[in-house]
Order: sequence, then C-alpha cells, then structure tokens
Amino acid sequence: MAKKHETPNLDQLESGPWPSFVTGLKRLAERSDMIGDVLGQLEHSYQTRKGYWKGGTLTVRGYGGGVIPRFSEVADQFPDAAEFHTLRIMPAPGMHYNTDILRKLCDVWDEHGSGLLALHGQSGDMMFQGARSEQVQPAFDAINELGFDLGGAGPSVRTSMSCVGSARCEHSCYSEANAHRKVMNSFVDDLHRPSLPYKFKFKFSGCPNDCMNSIQRADMAVIGTWRDDIQVKQDEVRKFVQERGRHEVIDNVITRCPTRCITLKDDDTIEIDNRNCVRCMHCINVMTKALSPGQDRGATILVGGKRTLKIGDLFGTVIVPFMKLDTEEDLDRLVALGESIIDFWAENGLEHERCGEMIDRIGLANFLEGIGLDVDPSMIVHPRTSSYIRTDKWDEEAEKWRARQAEGAA
Amino acid sequence: MSEQQFRQAIESGVPDAFPYMHPLMAKNYGQWDWHDRPRPGVLHHVAKNGDEIWTVRAGTQRQMDTGTIRKLCAIADEYAEGHVRFTIRSNIEFMVSSAAQVDPLVAKLEQEGFPVGGTGNSVSMISHTQGFLHCDIPATDASGVVKSLMDELYDEFVNERMPNRVRISTSCCQINCGGQADISVNVQHTKPPKIRHDLVAGVCERPAVVARCPVAAIRPALVNGQPTLEVDERKCICCGACFPPCPPMQINDPEHSKLAIWIGGKNSNARSRPSFQKLVAAGLPNNPPRWPEVSALVKKILRVYQEDARDWERLGEWVERIGWPRFFELTGLPFTRFHVDTWTGARYTFNHSTHIRF
Ligand code: HEM
Ligand code: SF4
Ligand code: SF4
Ligand code: SF4
Ligand code: SF4
Repeated sequence: MAKKHETPNLDQLESGPWPSFVTGLKRLAERSDMIGDVLGQLEHSYQTRKGYWKGGTLTVRGYGGGVIPRFSEVADQFPDAAEFHTLRIMPAPGMHYNTDILRKLCDVWDEHGSGLLALHGQSGDMMFQGARSEQVQPAFDAINELGFDLGGAGPSVRTSMSCVGSARCEHSCYSEANAHRKVMNSFVDDLHRPSLPYKFKFKFSGCPNDCMNSIQRADMAVIGTWRDDIQVKQDEVRKFVQERGRHEVIDNVITRCPTRCITLKDDDTIEIDNRNCVRCMHCINVMTKALSPGQDRGATILVGGKRTLKIGDLFGTVIVPFMKLDTEEDLDRLVALGESIIDFWAENGLEHERCGEMIDRIGLANFLEGIGLDVDPSMIVHPRTSSYIRTDKWDEEAEKWRARQAEGAA
Repeated sequence: MSEQQFRQAIESGVPDAFPYMHPLMAKNYGQWDWHDRPRPGVLHHVAKNGDEIWTVRAGTQRQMDTGTIRKLCAIADEYAEGHVRFTIRSNIEFMVSSAAQVDPLVAKLEQEGFPVGGTGNSVSMISHTQGFLHCDIPATDASGVVKSLMDELYDEFVNERMPNRVRISTSCCQINCGGQADISVNVQHTKPPKIRHDLVAGVCERPAVVARCPVAAIRPALVNGQPTLEVDERKCICCGACFPPCPPMQINDPEHSKLAIWIGGKNSNARSRPSFQKLVAAGLPNNPPRWPEVSALVKKILRVYQEDARDWERLGEWVERIGWPRFFELTGLPFTRFHVDTWTGARYTFNHSTHIRF
C-alpha cells in the first residue's frame, strides 16, 4: 500500500555526512500513505519553490489552542496529505527523557499519527507532526495519559524553555527546572485558552551566558546572576596561569573583562574588583575550575524581548535587577510578577502587540508604574539625552527616591 | 455518545523533570563544581562531592521518524544509562557515569551516522524552522537548507577550532522564527505582494490586515465592485507581514523571494552586551535542493573569521574590533546603500566620530 512519488530533489538530500530527514520520511512512507503524499508535496514545493499548506482551526476538547492545523492546497494531487496537523506537546524542563517514556511517546505516535516527530521546535515543544483531524483527539488523550500536556499556540502564554542548568552546569544560579514548572503551571489557563493580545513567552536561563537565548526571544526572561563576590580558588588560578602562561591569561581573561576589574598579581593569583564586575561570565567561562559565581544567587528579570514583527527586533529590558529564587515564597513572587505584567498588558496592549512593543509605545516608566515597580538606574544604559520632557513633578519624584534610599539603608 | 462520556483532559502543564533526569544529575542537582571537555562532543562535569558525569553530544536531523528515535533509545540503553536529553539546537545528549563508557558510545553513534560534536568552539547544529514541510507561509524550506549547510559544515561540528562558539540560524520567512545568531540565513522578499483580489473579500479581515502592515502601506479598496485591499508599492518594504492574516496577498515568489545573510547576533552577556545581527549580503537565489550559493558564502565568512579573530571573540565581537570596512574588504562582499539602516533608531548606527581605520 506504500505510496511512492518520484522525488529527484529530495533524493539529493540523502547524501552527505549529516543525518538526513529525507531518509526517515521515506522509511515512514513505506507504511504511511500520508507521509508518502507529504513527500510528494514537499518535492512539488522544491520544484516550484512554493509552499502548499494552509492553516485553519482545530483543537482538543476543552482547550482553545496547541494544535497547528495544516490542510494541503494541492490535495487533488496528494490526497493522503489533505490533513497534516501538528500537536505541540510540552517536554519536561531541560528536555530530559528516559528511554521508556520516549518509546511510549513513539508508540502513541505510531498508533495515532504519522510517526514523524520534531525534537524540538524553536519554542521548545515536542512537535508531533502529521495527524488527520479525527486522530488529533485520541493522540492527545494517549499522550496526556502519559503525563504530558499541550503547549501554547495563538495569542496565549507559550511553551517555555529552561537550560540544563542545575542539573549539570556549575554556573547555574537558581533552580531553572523548579522555576520553569512553577511559573508555567500557574498559567495553564492562559496557555490552553488563547485570549491575550498576542503571544507571551517565558524563558529561563541559569546564568548570564543565557543558553536559552531568552534576552532576544522571551517576553519575560529570567536570567540567573549573583550579588556577592565571584568565588576564587587561588591555587587553581595559579595552576591555570602556570599551565597556560601569563601571556594567554592576560590576553584571554584580564583584558577581556568588559569593566577591567581583574588584576593579575606578581604571585600568579588574581584580584577582582567585584563592585565593578557586571557579572558577564567571561572569566568564569574561561577558568571553569578556578572561578565560580558568588553564593548570594538569584536572577535578573528582563521584559519585552521578541523578533521582527512589527516594530523590529527588541531586547528584553531589565525591570528587576535582582531577586532571590530560593524558596517557594520567592517563586510565588516570581509568579505574581508574571501575573501583574500579563494583566497590565492584557488590559493595555493593542491587538497583536507584543509586551515589548507596548512598552515602547507607552514608555518604560509608565509600564513600571502600571505594574507597581520603582524605577532603578540599573534599568537604563544612561539617562535621557532629549530635553523634550515635562519635569513639573520633579520634587515629588525625587522625594520617592530619597524615601526608598532611606528605607534601603534602614 | 453524550458529552459526559468523553475523557476530560488532565491539565497537567509542564511535567516534572526529575523522574526523567539521569540519576547522577538528579542527585547532584545544583551541586556541580566544574567541567572540562576531554574531546570535541564530550563534556565532563565534576560535582562538589567528587561525583563525575560524562556527556556525549550528537547531532540529529531534528525531524525524526519514530524508527530513528527508537534507534537512539537503543543506543542509550546499550551504551549509556537509559537517559537522554536534547539541546535547544536539536542535539541529543547521552550521559554516562564512567570515562570508560565514552569511547564505545562515541564509536556507536558515529557508526549509526550521528556526528559527535557541537560543544565548545564548534559550529553547532543550526536553529531549525518549519519551511515547506509544515509552515503555511514559507518562501523556502528549512530542513533541507539545514541539512545542506550541515553537510558542508560537518568538520566544524565535530571539531572545536573556531575562535569561539558559532551559532547559526535559518528563517524561511521574514517573521524569522529562527532567531538571532552569529550567522543567520533569512528569506528576504524583494517584490510587493501580488494581490488576488477575487479572494480577499472571502477570507481576509481587512482592518486587521491594514493594521498589521509596519509601514501603513495597505488601504481598503474596491476592485470590480468587490471590497479588497491595495498596496502603496513605493512604501511597501516587502516584509510579508500581511500574508499570514491574508493569504491572497501573495508575497512568496519563486524568483523574487531571495535569501540574505546576517551576522553578529549574540545573546550571551559574556564580555560585550548582547547584540543583534546585521545585514551583510542579500539577493542570494532560493536554490533547492542544496542552496549552494548560501553555503559558499557562509563558509567564506567562517573562514575569514577563523583566520582573523582572536580567541574568545564571537563573530560580532570580531567585526566590532576590526571595523566594518575591513569586514567587507576581507570577505570581498559588496557594501551597498541597503546596508545603511533606515528603520527606527537608524541614526544611532551612523559613525558620529572621526574614528576611521585606513
Ligand atoms: C555544560 C554547561 C554549559 C556551559 C558551561 C555553557 C557555556 C556557554 C557559554 C560560555 C556561552 C557563551 C559563549 C560566549 O559568548 O563566550 C554559551 C552560550 C550558549 N550556549 Fe551554552 N553552555 C552550556 C550548556 C549549553 C547547552 C546544553 C546548550 C544547548 C545546546 C547551550 C547553548 C548555548 C547557546 C545557544 C548559546 C548562545 C550564545 C549566543 O547566541 O550568544 N549551552 N554557553
Ligand atoms: S545559561 Fe548558564 S547555567 Fe544555564 S546551562 Fe547555560 S551556562 Fe549553564
Ligand atoms: S564576570 Fe565579567 S565583568 Fe565580572 S570579573 Fe569576570 S570578566 Fe569581569
Ligand atoms: S520562519 Fe516563517 S516560514 Fe519559517 S517556520 Fe517560521 S513562520 Fe514559518
Ligand atoms: S509586504 Fe509588508 S510592507 Fe508590504 S504591504 Fe505587506 S505588510 Fe505592508
């Protein structure tokens, strides 16, 4: 019953040293007419340089999103590819699996879908690609029974990602897996029933290396950092200097510090001016054995990162320079912060306007006031350069700053 | 059947990671002390209590049939300890608790066609989008572009011989879900959408489409008495933002949807602040099945970076040091009026100094 189309273009993608997705698709086509026709349609796309899928609406009972419907525009030529829907399923934080659960997920997909699985999508979902409309509900039910749930799609909270972090990385400054799960599972309703202005993404990176690329991709980025001094093992520093030579240490560590706060001493130890360290991670990345983040760890929160549409790419902006994330209460505060941001944006964002675009439109200070946070000089690179601003409430605002300073000192 | 008899979804959200984690990772959670890399593709982590774990990272094709995943599971059971994890770039990681298990695992993976690498200063797997295989708005493929590029960059994946790590992404439309990267291969449309007026009234919510355009180039119009839309072609920047909400605004074109290359995106805070990628070349043909013009240029940029950059300089940091005129000189790429920014904040990208290299 295997369905075969000639695929001269795709065949060329079976050669070369990198694993070929085409070979996998062909293997599936031997038992799935759907994949047979999907291959045919894909070859047609290669020949005509055009895509032939269109969207639609489809979901599972009780939910509003999480399924990406795909209908073929060339179903007359490829009838078994007429419906080729994707289920987005959220993996565990850090994308950990044992082989038992991976095989069970494969079993479900062999039974209820095409057998094609993308690990993982750019937002971090397992993407179960290739279900006909009537297969979507049974596939979801079986996956759901295994302890997995649908991810986000549409104007909703989206599937999140966290780095491997504490599970295997010595740079980690908080428990990414716990924060990820706690925050996301506080927003399941906003995840499953799209009713926000547009998408909203949380991402969790354990340190400023930001392996999850959260600063450019997350509406709310939680990036680990520390407040106290970098931990230095001077005997390991000395060993490193002796092994690599002073020249290399000076060129690769000392002069690469963005704030020039490391000194190499005559006895091959180092001294760090921690008040001027901006926690960039570079020296720690190079001298993994000798240096580590301090002990007073937590996270910086940045809001508003996103890609191009509509006003151009935006970075996340610091709105909380530091918060502890050690206890359940700390995590509750993180969830509450997420709630106040999403609530304010749901209220004030225009249709199809990302949180960062709203902040750009209304101004950072107004946004902070809206969510009840005080301005802080760590939120800016430098103060304003334009004099076009009314400052008639200067004394009042200055008094707020003084009161906060006094409170902080007390 | 009545509604009640249907199974209720369990809104379990994100599952707990600990049951799936390698036991040594769960045991030493938050207690790791340092790491090194015994060879490309292998990480060695040591916990504060002296526990050690070795990780072997291998490239995958991301779009996998269940047969491939079952093969990876069989390798994990026989050569590792039954646990795997995936990275953000679709690499698979196997964890083992003794150094002796590393070489047999590496050999098995290579024998089965999974390249071991992607660690440290290598070119890791390319961030992957959907393309012709599954998206409804792509101008090109994703899996095929990535496969072609990774075939060409294979040696840089299995070695660590770049000045710093290199992250590459591809995007098959200008929504750019591939993301920022050291090198980014993105679709760049060059002609305004061709509107199929007969279909607009039936499928498009016209005010929503008008609102979506970043440069306000779309207005409602009447054609043959039918409500439709029209585009001010002098204003249009060919971004394709109108196509997802209104498929009759056909932006994809086999000839005029080109590929462009951007460099210098960096999200890490290491050394310099995070940065966005910058346009270096456009007008590359969308040439399946192997996009040879794209891989030739990507390889050329990598070669110049490899020769000229200092240790630990990311691609963007290297250009920042040597200056853009030298980048264009070293790569032989033409510098054109299109490289000069026109978008919000463009003036901050001009040279307001006499700092010039001669
Ligand atoms: C073993 C623990 C890890 C360490 C010590 C580590 C270290 C680093 C370092 C040092 C950087 C910054 C590079 C620089 O600019 O100098 C970085 C960036 C990055 N890492 Fe990791 N990493 C680890 C795990 C991972 C994992 C598991 C992934 C997933 C594949 C990953 C993906 C990335 C990505 C995507 C970046 C992006 C950098 C950018 O675009 O600027 N890292 N990592
Ligand atoms: S973001 Fe930091 S803590 Fe997380 S994996 Fe990367 S280097 Fe480790
Ligand atoms: S972390 Fe960065 S800023 Fe801090 S001392 Fe090290 S190199 Fe300097
Ligand atoms: S980049 Fe565009 S075309 Fe490609 S998968 Fe993303 S939205 Fe679809
Ligand atoms: S392609 Fe972009 S600029 Fe042109 S009309 Fe469509 S939305 Fe507007």
